[in-house]
Amino acid sequence: MERAAGTERVVLDDRDVARALTRIAHEILERNRGSDNLLLLGIPRRGVPLARRIADRIAAVENIEVPTGSLDVTMYRDDLRLRPARALEHTELPPAGVEGKTVVLVDDVLFSGRTVRSALDALHDLGRPRAVRLAVLVDRGHRELPVRADFVGKNLPTSLVERVRVLVAEYDGIDAVCITGTGLHPSEADPARAGGLR
Amino acid sequence: MIRHLLSAADLDHTEALRVLDTAAELLALADRPIKKLPTLRGRTVVNLFFEDSTRTRISFEAAAKRLSADVITFSAKGSSVSKGESLKDTALTLQALGADAVIVRHQSSGAPHRLAASGWVDGSVVNAGDGTHEHPTQALLDAFTLRRHLAGGVGDLDGRRITIVGDVLHSRVARSNALLLATLGAEVTLVAPPTLLPVGIDSWPVSTSYDLDGALAKSDAVMMLRVQRERGAAGGFFPSAREYSRRYGIDSRRMALLPDHAIVMHPGPMNRGVEITAEVADHERSVIVEQVSNGVAVRMAVLYLLLSGSAGEQDA
Repeated sequence: MERAAGTERVVLDDRDVARALTRIAHEILERNRGSDNLLLLGIPRRGVPLARRIADRIAAVENIEVPTGSLDVTMYRDDLRLRPARALEHTELPPAGVEGKTVVLVDDVLFSGRTVRSALDALHDLGRPRAVRLAVLVDRGHRELPVRADFVGKNLPTSLVERVRVLVAEYDGIDAVCITGTGLHPSEADPARAGGLR
Repeated sequence: MIRHLLSAADLDHTEALRVLDTAAELLALADRPIKKLPTLRGRTVVNLFFEDSTRTRISFEAAAKRLSADVITFSAKGSSVSKGESLKDTALTLQALGADAVIVRHQSSGAPHRLAASGWVDGSVVNAGDGTHEHPTQALLDAFTLRRHLAGGVGDLDGRRITIVGDVLHSRVARSNALLLATLGAEVTLVAPPTLLPVGIDSWPVSTSYDLDGALAKSDAVMMLRVQRERGAAGGFFPSAREYSRRYGIDSRRMALLPDHAIVMHPGPMNRGVEITAEVADHERSVIVEQVSNGVAVRMAVLYLLLSGSAGEQDA
């Protein structure tokens, strides 16, 4: 892939992403002993299409439509006062809500763990799930909170100066996971999770 | 995002849409079991009301509380203002309390601007109605309501025809709506008796007419304004309330002139029987109650957009 940064390399291509999501779908089913009571909630933006893809794979295996939705965590972030106001993303829950469900949160990259912390708070205000699990396509390490994922597509050891970008066909035209490396000037390499860049 | 919201003209097309889009997401909160977000926890919002108000004050209070802000409501009645305290001294008191936002309603046009420009307070100033000047959050909630009914809840109001009828002279709602709706691409027509159109109306981004029946047939929405008796609107501007309602009020006959999809709005409080009859006010195509509930979501959006990130700016 040709990118302006020049130092970006593809770590997972579309087939790798597909295989990782298939495996996550199977692991969720195995852990849950079937698809009963499952609810997949994607964290916008890129967690949402990933949640839908996992649901499609579960449907292919179990022949059951698992409900999916999206959970915007913006208003629960701990850095709101430090940054300009962000636009809100859409929260959409199935009519049955989260009460008593086994909720699987789906996000593209797990990094500091702060987004997941916000998501747990947001979920708490929506009801009381029976259990909450976490599925991520990429775990890049560098946790700042005691958070871990239950289902991981790919563990990607990174340094803090690197950036991980997940591309999904719904927004970016292709599926891929890219890493932008050491060519960055240190001042640009702040790991702050600005925009869609991680 | 801007730091204060003093006029509907403070918002350009992008910012106005951002407020409406944010409000659209926040509206869903009203259907949730916990109607509260932690976003403004630890921030203080002061409602500074020098003039009587029910719905605007309650609406701002609900909006701030749903965002977990601490709300201090200050009404001029029963406060030191009735002992003659000046706006400046009141403002300095609020500053000492550490207000992050001051929502001000004042009988004098320009009071919120004075508060924002004076340096008396560090917080954001939101104009909740000043004299006969502006009421920008009312215009935002009207635009939000119009967008839900006329534009599928997304984008702007490009080409929608909105008719605003009545006491434009004394109406801060009309001025803010004219400015904001024009920003959003709507075609605004003001219909009023000649005596109730302000001087300088030519510079507004609107057209004017004295013929209500003709305007209604071409309207996607009609917004009725309250005859503001407390500002002297009954004194000499028109011969009698009866003649006013016959020429500029909306009743069932006039409602039938509207296209089938058109909606009827009123910023409240209504003078039933003067500018709007009870049948029209309670009609299914009247969205007056919905305007109130949309108001909370829109004011939440304004507070969120004005206040988040502001601590960082001040510290920097």
